[in-house]
Amino acid sequence: MVPLPEEPARLEMDHVTVVYGGHLALEDVTAQVPHGARVAVVGPNGAGKSTLFKALMGLVPLYTGQIFIHGQPLGSHHDCVAYVPQREEVDWRFPVTVADVVMMGRYGHLGWLRRPTARDRAIVQRSLEQLGILDLAERPIGELSGGQQRRTFLARALAQEPHILLMDEPFTGIDVATLETTLQVLDHLRDAQVTVLLSTHDLNLAAAYFDQVILLNRRLIHYGPPEEVLTPETIVETFGGQVFWLEPRGEGPRMATASHCCPPEQSVPRRR
Amino acid sequence: MTMLLDWLLAPLAYGFMQRGLIASVLVGILCAVVGCYIVLRSMAFLGDALAHGILPGVAIAYLLQVNLTIGALAAGIAVALGIAFLSRPGTIREDTAIGILFAASLSLGVLLISTIRTYAVDLTHILFGNVLGVSPGDLWLIGGLACIVLTTIVLLYKEFLVLSFDPVHAAALRLPINLLRHLMLILLALTIVVSLQIVGVGLVAAMLVTPSATAYLVTRRLSHMMVLAAGLGAFSGIVGLYLSFYFNVASGAAVVLTATMLFVLVFLLAPRRGALWPRRRSRS
Repeated sequence: MVPLPEEPARLEMDHVTVVYGGHLALEDVTAQVPHGARVAVVGPNGAGKSTLFKALMGLVPLYTGQIFIHGQPLGSHHDCVAYVPQREEVDWRFPVTVADVVMMGRYGHLGWLRRPTARDRAIVQRSLEQLGILDLAERPIGELSGGQQRRTFLARALAQEPHILLMDEPFTGIDVATLETTLQVLDHLRDAQVTVLLSTHDLNLAAAYFDQVILLNRRLIHYGPPEEVLTPETIVETFGGQVFWLEPRGEGPRMATASHCCPPEQSVPRRR
Repeated sequence: MTMLLDWLLAPLAYGFMQRGLIASVLVGILCAVVGCYIVLRSMAFLGDALAHGILPGVAIAYLLQVNLTIGALAAGIAVALGIAFLSRPGTIREDTAIGILFAASLSLGVLLISTIRTYAVDLTHILFGNVLGVSPGDLWLIGGLACIVLTTIVLLYKEFLVLSFDPVHAAALRLPINLLRHLMLILLALTIVVSLQIVGVGLVAAMLVTPSATAYLVTRRLSHMMVLAAGLGAFSGIVGLYLSFYFNVASGAAVVLTATMLFVLVFLLAPRRGALWPRRRSRS
């Protein structure tokens, strides 16, 4: 593993262009994300948020440009990038328990042909505790509620002890308790100097809880602190006509809400 | 009691039955363990295609008068890598690649076999299996290859687990995904070649899928699923062979039908998931 210097900026995207399925999915994206920042990636559906994350994990080739982590090009690192998938990407009928999934976060540290050590098990236990799902450790993932399923994958990301954490739409259709836990985990990650990139449709959450906001619609439209980036003009520029403005009665901030969001989580999960 | 013991021991007086039983148990275990990945990754079609893809290799080996197993091995690995090559990201989908190669190699096999004028007993054995014709040399080959495949699966358990369950996480862990995929295809090809003698080209897919699917219904972890599937596969091999001995029916078919009976029983009666029990209330 390459020794990881603290500076300069942990994550740099330098004129990144990605061609995906024959069309331009990301065009000339340049941004520097500082050490330990918490960044919301905001944009309409098809804006390239998932593609950006795939590029950061090295899953899609870059058409042009480069990505640097700790000043070194992508691919020269061990497993310092963790990813929390969307619910739809997981096969919930797979025979694994919650503890099995969280232990997968340790696999990169274990290396080939090695079995988990006591330390790995302790880290898994701590991650489960932190997400409040220790009592579910031996349950198959298919028997969990939607919120518990999300906590499981967040626990796996914690167990991986990443430097950069990517979360794809973690706030879409979750219950209040899981939202609270997720925000607590984000605070904990900030204390641990973990850089978090999180895609969301929720402009209000982005404004309230994040240091930086990337407005993305194939191109990077704006990048900066939410109070600078989230203005009516930039939001319209990003979302086009897909925004409704809620005018306050009397005093109070104007609220924006984007349409065409993902549908809320179904109350009955898919059949096993 | 003595009668039952006699009934069980009588076939073992024959050397071909001893070898047949050992071979059936080995193949039952091997197919079931490899089959767990086939079932979980919905690759049953791939297993079937690989089995049929072996046919031209066997026919060529027969025409050249070399060991049929070697021909099967070469053809199996060629088809496995061909599927991997055709379904690289950005080209055609994997099931399409399988469909093309499956049909092509089956046709080539049939074409080659049709040029063989003499009636070929060995070839029908490849098609339908001939567990009672296992020679001591065959047994060593089956045992050796089974050891290699099972050891690889045990050693790479966690890598194959994470690749099957969550390929994106496997990529985040910087695992060599393509290498592991190709390795899994080769392990599958080896398994099929080993199984040919017992159940034949036509029934290999059933041995891959049926015991694993049965185990899937009653287990909640991959390791447990593999162990139970191995037990079911071995049990089916033994029971099928006894049925074949006493009722004088085709051994491969008897083994597969035993495995199918076990599946049907578990499917109907499995705790929690059995079709005969009232469905549990959906989770909220």
